[in-house]
Amino acid sequence: MNFAESFRIALRALGANKARSVLTMLGVVIGVAAVILLVGIGTGVQNEITGQIEGLGSNLLFVVPGQFEGGMSANAAPPSRRFTLDDADLLARRVPGVDVVVPVIQSGSIVKRGNRSVRVVVAAANESGGEVFSGTLAGGRSYRKSEVQAGARVVVIGSNVRDTLFPGQDPVGKLVTLEGQRFTVVGYYESLGGGLGGDQDSQVYIPITTAQRIFNLNYINTIVVKASDPSRIEVVKADIRRVLIPRYGEEFTVFTQEQTLGLLSDLLNTLTYMLAGIAGISLLVGGIGIMNIMLVSVSERTREIGIRKAVGARTYDILSQFVIEAVGLSVLGGIIGIIIGWGGAALMSKLTPVPTNVTPWAVAVAFFFAAGVGVFFGVYPAWKASQLDPIVALRYE
Amino acid sequence: MAEGGAETSSRVVLETRDVSKQYRLEGVEVNALQAVSIAIRAGEMVSIMGPSGSGKSTLMHIIGLLDQPTSGKVILEGDDISSLSPNELAEQRNKHIGFVFQSFNLLSRTSAQANVELPLVYAGVSGAERVRRAKEALEHVGLGNRLGHFSSQLSGGQQQRVAIARALVNDPSIVLADEPTGNLDSRSGIEVMAMLQELNAQGITVVIVTHDDRIARHAQRVIRVFDGRVKAEEIVRDRVLAAQELAALSAEEVTG
Repeated sequence: MNFAESFRIALRALGANKARSVLTMLGVVIGVAAVILLVGIGTGVQNEITGQIEGLGSNLLFVVPGQFEGGMSANAAPPSRRFTLDDADLLARRVPGVDVVVPVIQSGSIVKRGNRSVRVVVAAANESGGEVFSGTLAGGRSYRKSEVQAGARVVVIGSNVRDTLFPGQDPVGKLVTLEGQRFTVVGYYESLGGGLGGDQDSQVYIPITTAQRIFNLNYINTIVVKASDPSRIEVVKADIRRVLIPRYGEEFTVFTQEQTLGLLSDLLNTLTYMLAGIAGISLLVGGIGIMNIMLVSVSERTREIGIRKAVGARTYDILSQFVIEAVGLSVLGGIIGIIIGWGGAALMSKLTPVPTNVTPWAVAVAFFFAAGVGVFFGVYPAWKASQLDPIVALRYE
Repeated sequence: MAEGGAETSSRVVLETRDVSKQYRLEGVEVNALQAVSIAIRAGEMVSIMGPSGSGKSTLMHIIGLLDQPTSGKVILEGDDISSLSPNELAEQRNKHIGFVFQSFNLLSRTSAQANVELPLVYAGVSGAERVRRAKEALEHVGLGNRLGHFSSQLSGGQQQRVAIARALVNDPSIVLADEPTGNLDSRSGIEVMAMLQELNAQGITVVIVTHDDRIARHAQRVIRVFDGRVKAEEIVRDRVLAAQELAALSAEEVTG
């Protein structure tokens, strides 16, 4: 008997038990769809984040307190000393080949207007902040140098903040409350859109001096340095280290864009693999479902196996019939799962801010894993069927 | 319808030589068959008869190549098949044996046509040839108009005729019928026996395994099995002719 014949017999058997076949397949469908969707989300988020960081330009350097070697390992010591505005000034004066030096404070807070409020990330910088933050002003202006020097209570708001507090209105010149203080809105940003852009849309930008006062801080979080020439970034990095070592020893780290990207990429990769792993488990459970049903099917069809053997079916014929049934279930489930997973991913990036990117690689892996699950979990029941003694099988009631 | 006699000189299709079968049943050694030597000749109709537990089923399994003897030889069409592997036995079964079972043993949810095709599937006959031969076999048993019916849509007698068609489709050396009337009402039983006798008259070798003396006497020869041994072999003097019974039965029905 040839393969095509086994295939036809297996399909007929699956068709004879439609409800059961569909339910069994559902396990694989869900597993494959989950793998594709979750890996799609992982890859999409990764692409989005790396894209955004690259969008900031490759000539940025981030100076942070504390030692970070290699990766963002958990044993990184907490910074013993923080930077101050003086350090930023020092870098601006002593490091050549630099466009701007921007001291940054970031802090979570809530902005209120009347009875409306919105949770925001306060990003505070000097007047050059616009050079290192992504985003485009939609209206109004950024805060000025004089306002930074005076610690003026002015704020530029992200699109999400604007939409929440000033729906359909021009916010420029209006007042909001931040940390109990009244701030005048001087400008607002366009929406950056996208999944992670959501965060930036919820930011508000204030002068760093103001931030230090309202949050009662004497330090700053980060110093961002923009080099004039991207190709000389390593030289600038060395210069920054030269300037800061006398003050801080080795208790600080300078990240280049590339390094940040690498770290983040590793992290997101791990996350993607984790999602794939979780989805993989559901695929495995689907496979066990197939095995279970195939075992039931074999004992239910003992008599059929006896009849087939009596009229001349060899071990191989029975084995291939049942393996093909199991593989048929998993492959068909895999195909449906791919369609659902892919469609779900496409729908998700359309309807929600979560970006997705289904790679052919993920589809192929999910599909072959599903087929493999079918073979792996189908072989044992099929082998059991093929080993039945025809006499015993014929007598089976 | 030819009586026996002429066939006794014809060639031996299947022969057992000193065949014994032992197996263990719950730790107890059972001698199911002891030194059984029988021969089935081409064109014969033979009954193997015995009460339950006599070993006739074991003998049927060995003749049907479903089982191997513990000792002794089984010669099928001149070849010793006692040492074949299960797969080789399956091929021999496919080629040489056609089974008719008490409980029909048709595949459920499968058409009569597909059921009859089954031995051809495993013989590697494909496509149009297979369809043609299965159709032919079903027409032969008078079911040419029931090709697409599922077993569940057929009466017991019709199901058994599908099984006979399945047994015939591969042109086997022997049609082996195990209590072929056991699950049938008497009229259907007579019809099935008439069919087997008719097939035998057309030259097909038929072996009937039964505990029923009356069924056994449809054959030309009866091999009586008792306690795992061949107790007697006899030529049937007053052979039951199912076709005549059937005619009588029809006449009765007409007269009421």
